[in-house]
Amino acid sequence: MTRLAPPETVLVTRDQLAAAMATQLQRGLRLALVAAHEDGPLVRGTSFRVVHVFLGSAGERVEVVVEVPRDDAWLPTLAGLSYPAGRFEREIRDLYGIVPRGHPQPYRLVRHGHWPTGFYPMLRDADPAPTFGADQGFPFVEVSGKGVYEIPVGPVHAGMIEPGHFRFSVVGETIVRMYQRLYFAHRGVEKLFEGRPVADGIPLAERISGDTAVGHSLAYAMAVEDALGIEVPEHDRLVRALLLECERLYNHVNDIGAIINDTGLSIVNQHAGRLRETLLRHNARLTGHRLLRGAIRIGGADLASAPDLALVTSVAAEAAELASIATGHGMVANRLDTTAVLPPEQARRLGVLGYVARASGLAVDARADQPFVDLGERFEVITRTTGDVRARFDVRVDEVAVTARLVADLAARIAALEGSGSDSNASASADLPTGPGAGLGVVEAWRGTLVHRIEVDAHGVLTRVKVVDPSFCTWPGLPVALAETIVPDFPLANKSFNMSYAGNDL
Amino acid sequence: MIEAVGLDSGVIDSVLVIVTQLVLAIAVTPLLIGVMRTTRARLEGRVGGGIGQPWRDVAKLLSKEPLRAPGSTPVLTTAPILLVASSLLLCALVPLVSTLALASVPGDLFVVVSVLLLGTVALALLGLESGTAFGGMGSSRHMTIAALVEPTVLLSIYALSVPTGTSALASIVQARKLDPTSLLNPVSLLSIVALVVVVIAETGRLPVDNPSTHLELTMVHEAMILESGGRDLGWLEFGSWLRLTALLGLVVNLAMPWGVAADAAPLGLLVGLVTITAKLLVTGALLAAAEVFMAKLRLFRVPELLAGSFVLAFLSVSASYLVF
Repeated sequence: MTRLAPPETVLVTRDQLAAAMATQLQRGLRLALVAAHEDGPLVRGTSFRVVHVFLGSAGERVEVVVEVPRDDAWLPTLAGLSYPAGRFEREIRDLYGIVPRGHPQPYRLVRHGHWPTGFYPMLRDADPAPTFGADQGFPFVEVSGKGVYEIPVGPVHAGMIEPGHFRFSVVGETIVRMYQRLYFAHRGVEKLFEGRPVADGIPLAERISGDTAVGHSLAYAMAVEDALGIEVPEHDRLVRALLLECERLYNHVNDIGAIINDTGLSIVNQHAGRLRETLLRHNARLTGHRLLRGAIRIGGADLASAPDLALVTSVAAEAAELASIATGHGMVANRLDTTAVLPPEQARRLGVLGYVARASGLAVDARADQPFVDLGERFEVITRTTGDVRARFDVRVDEVAVTARLVADLAARIAALEGSGSDSNASASADLPTGPGAGLGVVEAWRGTLVHRIEVDAHGVLTRVKVVDPSFCTWPGLPVALAETIVPDFPLANKSFNMSYAGNDL
Repeated sequence: MIEAVGLDSGVIDSVLVIVTQLVLAIAVTPLLIGVMRTTRARLEGRVGGGIGQPWRDVAKLLSKEPLRAPGSTPVLTTAPILLVASSLLLCALVPLVSTLALASVPGDLFVVVSVLLLGTVALALLGLESGTAFGGMGSSRHMTIAALVEPTVLLSIYALSVPTGTSALASIVQARKLDPTSLLNPVSLLSIVALVVVVIAETGRLPVDNPSTHLELTMVHEAMILESGGRDLGWLEFGSWLRLTALLGLVVNLAMPWGVAADAAPLGLLVGLVTITAKLLVTGALLAAAEVFMAKLRLFRVPELLAGSFVLAFLSVSASYLVF
């Protein structure tokens, strides 16, 4: 199981797109990524190519590709078939100007109101410094009726959190509807990748979302390896899996404290903070960086020292104890139970990922669905069915335990490989093959399934990198979960989702 | 219902007691908050800002120019002053250091509760004044809680006033001091428990409100003062802390009336000053220690807690007629 089979590619016309999409969805595959590309002359392309990537739960990968002429840039909308498709279409319209015809929500998504009309930042001939106008506001469904009022929150918040605007329509204290406006942290990351040699993409990928450095750099590296046909030795794949689990561990421990902190029992957060710091220092010993940067490279991964298994085990045990103290506390349990329920059916339709999906009973986990290494028998996918804050909390708690076991198993296997001497440093800094090529990297980062799709030219220079952070697919779940929730419980619900703004906004 | 006991003991004595209580309140309040925060920090394994930090915070805020939104009305300026004034008045009226009945100012239960409500309303108006969703939300929650708290305060102290036959707080404390057996009967215990709950709610502490939260949507007290800054914020903070001192002081003197002076003699006042300071700091530390083990209630369960305390107060009143 070194590499999954190359994706099956289906070329379709605009008219056949909906049928091709329906076929894949009926096979049980999910739409994981839609990327637009500009083809033709380097200065101004003559046509667009839109690639739809579908992933299955048994390693299936399918790409449905459709060509769109630039002077007639539209596609039939697929929003009726798949909710994520509708979101991808809005993103592509904002960045490339390809119009989804018949879209039920024909509003801007990425570009806020002050972006000039007709300016599409991902186009090759886009003005690098457009003139921004005044903010035109944004459309949202205004709830009217007796006693309904609006609460605007953010994008600047009282705490140290990323920018996002939430518009609540409220009756009394009960949320009727919530509209979230993201993309305040849009930095043009995908455009920044273009024109870089593949090796220079790693530092950028590590900085897409600070707490997912391994997830993003690994997905990127795997996409490049897929495109260029680079084999990664088993030792390095094990190291990568280990790093991914280390990232999951420190983030989940942090979330356990943060969720409980929002109920007011701050002592749990203090101790979770202490555990997180222990793990960050351990990370620094592992890779030289507290957030695990610098360990993943194209074709391999390196550890500066072997993991301290006693430390990881004790941290996991303490985290479990903290969680049991919290959930055993009547007042805390009352705040977590039945709060902000995301029903399984809604979770499936919206296409949410990661612990949010697993807490709503969907066993979506790329470690099982799209594995790059065999994690052994002690790996299991944790699920809950209630879909409330408690379920999302419990999934994290159980995943900490699974992760601690995986770290131990992976470390033992790495040590065995190093001991037998079967692994030489042959993989280190060999000259990279050049393209052209296209590749896909799929990783179960701590927030959920993370997908990168890259294209590289004959000189080994990136021509397109499309990043789909799990946050992009999971954010729409939050307003749905908030139905019937009261306003003071929103921070708790939001923290239990803990989606990335930077990873979503790109 | 004001009793005429001691009205003739002189205006000078009354002034002396009031000045002593005000000096105590102003000096001890930041210390009390500092002790509470430090206790909580140490129990949670943090170092904390130190006992003097609230002093430094208020001093810093008071020296800063307030920024006021264009279009704001005088409410923004007067509400903080009104809050501090009402809280200081509360500290003067509540028998903290001495139970000397004050000349020409009634330390009556109903007067005290009205003064308390004055500060509550000033804060609520300030929240509405800012015109933001948070301020209005905070005010709405604040008034909901106040509406449930004030009757309980009245009722529980009223239960204690039944055996004494007067609603003057000073006389109640004095009577309880002279008759220690009255401290440990069901009437007294029920009403003290009810009072503790409402004091926690009124001063915005866990499990009703979380004074250390940064989450705008969960705030009650903090939401109302979000738009205030500089000097205004300094007065608001200090005024709210003074309310804690006055209410906590009242409860500890009702529960443990020892050491409270009966007149305005210097030695008695000194003893009263030292004992109330010690009682306040110890109770504050205990309250903070209890908070470490508490989470914030879901907002809709707060009325249940306050209704519970009202029931205790009501039982206490019923019992007081049975016992006495």
